[in-house]
Formats: sequence, structure tokens, C-alpha cells
Amino acid sequence: MKQVITVLLFVFVTNANLAQSIEVCKTCPISTLKDGIAQAKDFDTIIVKKGLYKEYNISVNKPVKIIGIDYPVIDGELKGEIITVISDNVTIDGLNIINVGNSYIEDYAALRIKNSKHFLIQNLILEKLFFGIYIEKSRDGKIFHNKIIGEAIEEYNSGNGIQLWYSKNIHIEHNFVQRVRDGIYLEFSDDCLIKNNVSALNVRYGLHFMFSNDDTYEDNIFENNGAGVAVMFSRRIKMYRNIFKENWGTASYGLLLKEINDGQIEGNTFSNNTIGINVEGSNRINYKNNTFENNGWAIKVKGACYANIFTENNFLYNSFDIAYNSKVNDNEFDKNYWSSYTGYDLDKNGIGDIPYRPVKLFSYIVNRTPETIILLRSMFIDIIDFSEKVSPVFTPDDLLDNNPKMQRLTW
Amino acid sequence: MVIIENLHKKFGKNQVLKGVDLTISEGGIFAVLGPNGSGKTTLIKAVLGMVIPNKGQITVLAENIKKNSTYRHKIDYLPQIANFPSNLKVKELIKMIKDLRKPTHDDQRLIKLFRLEPFLNKKLGQLSGGTKQKVNLVLTFMFNSPIVILDEPTSGLDPISMLRLKDLIKAEKAKGKTILITSHIMSFVEEISDEIVFILEGKIYFKGSIQKLKTKTNQPDFEHAIASILSDNHA
Amino acid sequence: MRLRQYYPITMLKILKYSFYDLMRSRWSYVYFAFYLLLGTVLLFLNNDLSKAVITLMNVIIVLVPLIGTIFGVMYYYNSKEFTELLLAQPLKRSSIFLGQYLGVVLSLTMSLILGLGIPFVFYGLFESSAIWDFSLLLITGAFLTLIFTALAFNIALSNENKIKGFGYAILLWLFLAVIYDGLFLMTLIMFEDYPLDKVSLFGTMLNPIDLSRTLILLKLDISALLGYTGAVFKQFFGTSFGLIVSFVMLTVWVVMPVLRIVFKSKNKDF
Repeated sequence: MKQVITVLLFVFVTNANLAQSIEVCKTCPISTLKDGIAQAKDFDTIIVKKGLYKEYNISVNKPVKIIGIDYPVIDGELKGEIITVISDNVTIDGLNIINVGNSYIEDYAALRIKNSKHFLIQNLILEKLFFGIYIEKSRDGKIFHNKIIGEAIEEYNSGNGIQLWYSKNIHIEHNFVQRVRDGIYLEFSDDCLIKNNVSALNVRYGLHFMFSNDDTYEDNIFENNGAGVAVMFSRRIKMYRNIFKENWGTASYGLLLKEINDGQIEGNTFSNNTIGINVEGSNRINYKNNTFENNGWAIKVKGACYANIFTENNFLYNSFDIAYNSKVNDNEFDKNYWSSYTGYDLDKNGIGDIPYRPVKLFSYIVNRTPETIILLRSMFIDIIDFSEKVSPVFTPDDLLDNNPKMQRLTW
Repeated sequence: MVIIENLHKKFGKNQVLKGVDLTISEGGIFAVLGPNGSGKTTLIKAVLGMVIPNKGQITVLAENIKKNSTYRHKIDYLPQIANFPSNLKVKELIKMIKDLRKPTHDDQRLIKLFRLEPFLNKKLGQLSGGTKQKVNLVLTFMFNSPIVILDEPTSGLDPISMLRLKDLIKAEKAKGKTILITSHIMSFVEEISDEIVFILEGKIYFKGSIQKLKTKTNQPDFEHAIASILSDNHA
Repeated sequence: MRLRQYYPITMLKILKYSFYDLMRSRWSYVYFAFYLLLGTVLLFLNNDLSKAVITLMNVIIVLVPLIGTIFGVMYYYNSKEFTELLLAQPLKRSSIFLGQYLGVVLSLTMSLILGLGIPFVFYGLFESSAIWDFSLLLITGAFLTLIFTALAFNIALSNENKIKGFGYAILLWLFLAVIYDGLFLMTLIMFEDYPLDKVSLFGTMLNPIDLSRTLILLKLDISALLGYTGAVFKQFFGTSFGLIVSFVMLTVWVVMPVLRIVFKSKNKDF
């Protein structure tokens, strides 16, 4: 990784010395970006001054740097795609790109990188867009500090903020994406790092993985999206220290895991979601040091899920801690802190002396007849929950945390 | 003063008053007598507005008492069982009733009369039955209203207090008040009452002076006269 | 001289004396001490204000109705002779009973607020974000006291027999706190093939304990409630509509039995 950066830096620095700088402004000899690119030689820097440039279908076909000064506006006038990069070693920096064309046939983007390597996209502001940044069959690029503000209302006629398709080793950091379909979407893209982004108010997902392996996302905030993050049909995804919050709604969750294997979920915070994590057919995933706070359901397990391990997590004031829709359990719960644990610790070793049973009968009833949710916290429900706890009939009887912590865990 | 016309009252299936007509004129002591369950207390409570009649009309000092509470300013009532909030002190209870009704200074005289000074700071729950009855009497007489209704005023009283009570009642009568009394103590009734109202099975059986009762029943003394009414009607 | 007693003044006077009387009764202290202990123990065990508030909410919605009912019935029967003394005075009946009723409510609510308030304030309630939850808890507690004391007075006014009165009071509590929800749950499960969101909200409105529980759910479990699809549910729980309707219904639940106290007391023989 480091080597790549060093090499890149070396290439840029040496080229900058040789390269010339081309100025584009409304009153300059070169008054359009297209013209600027046409005039530029390889490794030149094109400086775009503040102003309104009504252009679209701008093709960047040589390794150049395009740098905007004071956010020049590139207005596509809703006519189609605005910038398409088809060369390696391109930098695009400091532009405000608006009015991407909308289409049901083609995925027009504000900026598309196609079959390229070593690109750097930074400090862009994208508005009134369809797709934002679309990375197609490219690798070893960086997407930093961009702001993508969409106006999406419906899923079917909106695009994604940052989309990766058949791409590898892309770093997406410190971006802010809101009101698009998926904030960040990865399809067939491996070895990517998604870090320190904020993805909010998106119509579908804050972050979405499909058929992508060995990716890592960490320290991101996913807030108020249709659903926080969806990880589907992917393997070995690492999820560290993200915050998933306020994903409210009928089919809404902080994190959806569907048909994924061998993941690591560590140090994340799930708060105020209808469902913290919705797990469907996922195996061999380690859940550690996560905090589930004030969710409707902290974790909802559907279908066959095997060999998942939940250790040292905090479950705080969730309406339901764990919900299962079947009677079989092959997952392990150990050393978690459960705020609704009512046992005691006579030997003072910090671990409750009686096991905790995180699945309640009532969660089974609500699953069957959703309207009964209105009886939550009723004394009658407490009574039937208690009797189920004493002798489980409807819920998996081996689903126990044998070492429930007495104090909230800190790490 | 008090006019009762065609008064009917039923408690469940039990017809207690079956058309009582009674006029009580101003001034004098009237004893309301009758066997247990004859409707004495019901009649008194109807006058007080505590029992609501099924039928009939009651007029007190020319005021129809139906849906009315102000006429009770002119009535002092001594209830049969005096049971007060046990956490209040005697002093406080007297003060409270004055606060609820109207200011008066007569309570001082009555407290002295019944020697209640040592009990003023005691809680009502700690008092004996007789002392409670004395407190009850103070509460009743302190307002000096034209009509006084006493339900078993002698219960629990020692002989000295009894004497004082008799004097008190006579003094009140001398002021021109109308006094209604129920009592089981015949000697007491005979001694103080001017007129007898005898209730039997929910109706007025007799109204008049003791002398008239004796004549009617042909008995030499009052107790026998009463006994003869009862035995005649139960025979 | 004709003295006219103005109705609210008389009522306030009776309220005052009933309140004084109750404030000196052993039971007020027992009740106060109980809440003081409950608050202290919960804080001691949990070391966490928010968690203690949540546990309290669960306790309050069941316990306050029980105590309100028992206390109301007990007060009515114990002060029966005194009430008769008052009835012979030139006072309106409704002002006597409403005065006594409010006296009981006031003393119970005071015990609740002070008993729970003192330990929580010492624990740093005013600096905590739990203060709103705690206020909601106390408001709900006050409403439940108003409702169940009124229901208790109704039961006592309709039953001369003390033991019967107590029996009915306990039954009423048991029904509304436990049995009702059992029947409610069974109904919902039996008719699960039909759209039930209106039915379930309606069923909640008919039981003041459920109604108070809804208020608490709105505060604590909104994330779970929004998981349900029904549009009516969504409108109810997703907006301030639910809060407003719940409070209106709680008020109705106070007004109805109070009106019956007025009506019943006017037509009762003593």
C-alpha cells in the first residue's frame, strides 16, 4: 500500500516539474473545460477558475490534473453524463458538478472512472445528480473529502452516491453522502477500504455490498437511512467501529447481513434502530465489543445461521434483545452484558450466577401477530415471559448466555 | 316549621316509610319514638336531606328541601354514632366545623359546660365513647339554629353530663327553638318532651302529648302506654 | 342571616381537611416510605438513572393503580361517619365527595412524588437526561392515582358492604392490570388474519393502565413500535398524535368516574 503511494507521489512530483499549467476561465483564451483538456498534454495541470461552465460529456482521456479554484460549477444541464475519465493517473479536485441527466436506460454519473488506475478524486461537491461518482472496472484509486447531496425520494428513479463496479483496492474516506439511493454501493468490488464517511438520509442503504469480498469499513456513521448497511452475498467483510443509528421503519435496520460468511463485526454502535442487525443465512461471523442501545430488536435472526459467536457485547435497553424465528440454535452467546438481566452475583466475580436467556416468548408472539407489540411491557406479558423462561416451549432452550456480565463492558 | 307530606322511602325491597304526614310547629320538644326498624332515623335523615325520598315532599321553614343544601344552616344535628377523623384533635375538629359552617363563640361556653378543656388537644381517636358524645354535643349546639335534631343524644353519657344535657335542651327550648329527639330512654323522653310522635311500620301512629297518649292507651304511666301500643300491634 | 357557601370554596376546605387528616395517618407514611425505599434501592442496585427510571415505569403502572384503589376504598369506608356529619351540615354533597376524593389523590400523589423524587434528586436527576422520562413517570403516576381513586370511590359509593367493596376494588385492579391484557392478547391472536391495528389501539384506549403503558412505550420503545406496518399505528406512534390522544383519553378516564361520583352521591341515601 505504502509503496503504491510513494510511487504515485514520485510520479506526480516529477511530472509536475515537467508539466505545464493550463488556465481555464470565462474570459481566458481557453474558456471551457473540454477545450482545456484538448489543449493539455500528459501530466499537465488544468486550473479551472471560479465560474459557471455549461458542459457535459467531458472526456478525460489523458493523465491530467483538473483543479478547481473556488469551486467552479460544471453544469450538465440535465443532458447526460458530465465527466468521464478513461485514462490512468487522473486527479479531479475542487469542482462543483451539478445537473446530471436522468435516464432509465443509462446510468449517467456526475463523474465516471472507467478502466483506470491510480486516480484521485477529492473535494468535489455533487448536487442535483443521478449517479454521483461511478467507478467502473478500475483499481487503486482514492475518493476523499467529497460531498454528495442528492434529492432522491423514490428508489426506482434515483442513483447511488458512490458506486463501485468490478473495482479493486479503492479507498473511500471522509465523504459525506446524503439523499441518494445507496450512499455507497459496492458490486463485485474487493479489497476496498471505506473509512470515516457519513452517509445519511438515503432512500435505500447508507452502504451496500453485493458479491464483494475482503472489504473493510470502519469509523463511518450511518444515520437515518432507509436501512443503514446491507451486506449481501459477500465474504470476509470487516466492520469496525461504525455507528448505525435511527434507522426507523417497517423493514429498517442498522445492518442487514444476508448470505454472508466469515465476517468480523467489532466495536460498532447500534442505537435507536428498529432492528439493530438483521441476520439471514450468515455463518461464522464474530460479533465482539458492539453496543446495542435502545433498538426495537438488537438482533433478529432469520433462517439458518451457523457458528456465529457473540461475545462481550453490550445490550442496553432494547425492547427485544434477540429474536429467533426458529427453535434451533447453533450460535454462541457468551460474556455479554444484558441490561435486562435480573440475576445475581453471589461470588462477586462480575459474572451473573444464573444464565441469561435473551429470547423472550413475547418476541415469538410479536413475530406471529405483529399488532400484539402494543402489549409490550404489560404485566401479563411479563408473566408469560417468565413462565417461558422457566421452561422454554417456543424458544430455543439452549440459547443461553452462561456468563452474563454484571457491569456494562468497556473497552 | 317542618312539614312532611306523603313521604315514601324504600331501601331495596324494604318499604321503610309508607306515606308519612307530619307537621311540626314552631317551638317545643318533639320526641320521635318507635320500635327498632320503624323508620325513625330514616325520617330524621330525610328531613336532613341525607336520605332521598322516593315520593313526597318536605318543607323546612317554608323552603322545599329537594336539591337544596342551604336550608341546613337552620338545623343543628346530632348524629347517632359519632365517629370523627381519628387523626384530628378536638380543637381542630371544632375549628373545622366552624370554618365549614359559620363563625360562632358559643363553643367556649359548651366546652366549659361539658368539662372538655382537658381533651382539646387530644386526638379524636384517643377519646372514650362518652367524651366523643360530648364533643358531638358541642358541635351540635354551638350554632344556635332554630331547629335542633338529636338522634340518641344520651348514649354513652354519665349521669352528671346527662343532667347538664337536660338543662341545655330546656334552655334551648326556652329560646323558642324546635327540638326533635329520638331516644330509647323513656324516662328521659317523658321528662323533657312536649309532644310524642310515634312511628309504627312506616306510618305516624300517634302524635300528641304524653297525657293524650296515656288517655288513648288507657295506661297509668308512659312506659306502659308505649308497651301497650307495641303489644297491641304485634298481637 | 343567610350564609351562602360557594361551592369551590367548600370543596377546597374539605380537600384541605381530608388532606390534613391523611397526612397524619400512618398509611401515608407507609406509602411514602415505600416509594422512598423503592427509589433508593433501584438506584443503589442499578447505579444508572435511566435504567432505574425504566424499572420504575414498569412498577408504577401496576402499583399506583393498586394502591390508589385500596387506599380510596379504605378512606371512604373509614370516614363514613365523618362524611355523615358533613352531610348534615349546609354543604353540597358533590363538594363533600369531590373534596375528599381530591384530598386522597393529593396525599397519594405527594407521597409518590416526594418518595421517588427525593432519592432521584439526590442522585443527580436535574443534571441527567432522564429528567423528562422521570417527569413523564410522575405525570402518569398522578393520572393513574386520579383515575383509580375515582374508580375506588365509585365502588365504595355503590357498595355499603365494606368487604364486598374491597373485593370489587381488588378485582377491578386485577382485571385491568393483568386479565384484560390476557384477553386482549388472545383476541389479537385469534383474529390475526384480519387487520388489527385499529382494534389494538382501541383496546388500549379502554384500559387506563394500558393507556399509561402506551405513553411509556412512546418514550422507550418507539424503535420497536415503528417496526410494525400498519398505517394507523404509524400515525399514532410516529407523530405527536399518539401522545395527545393518550393524554386526552387519560383525562376522559378521570372525568368519567368523577362525574359518576357527583351523580351517585347526589342520589344516594346515607
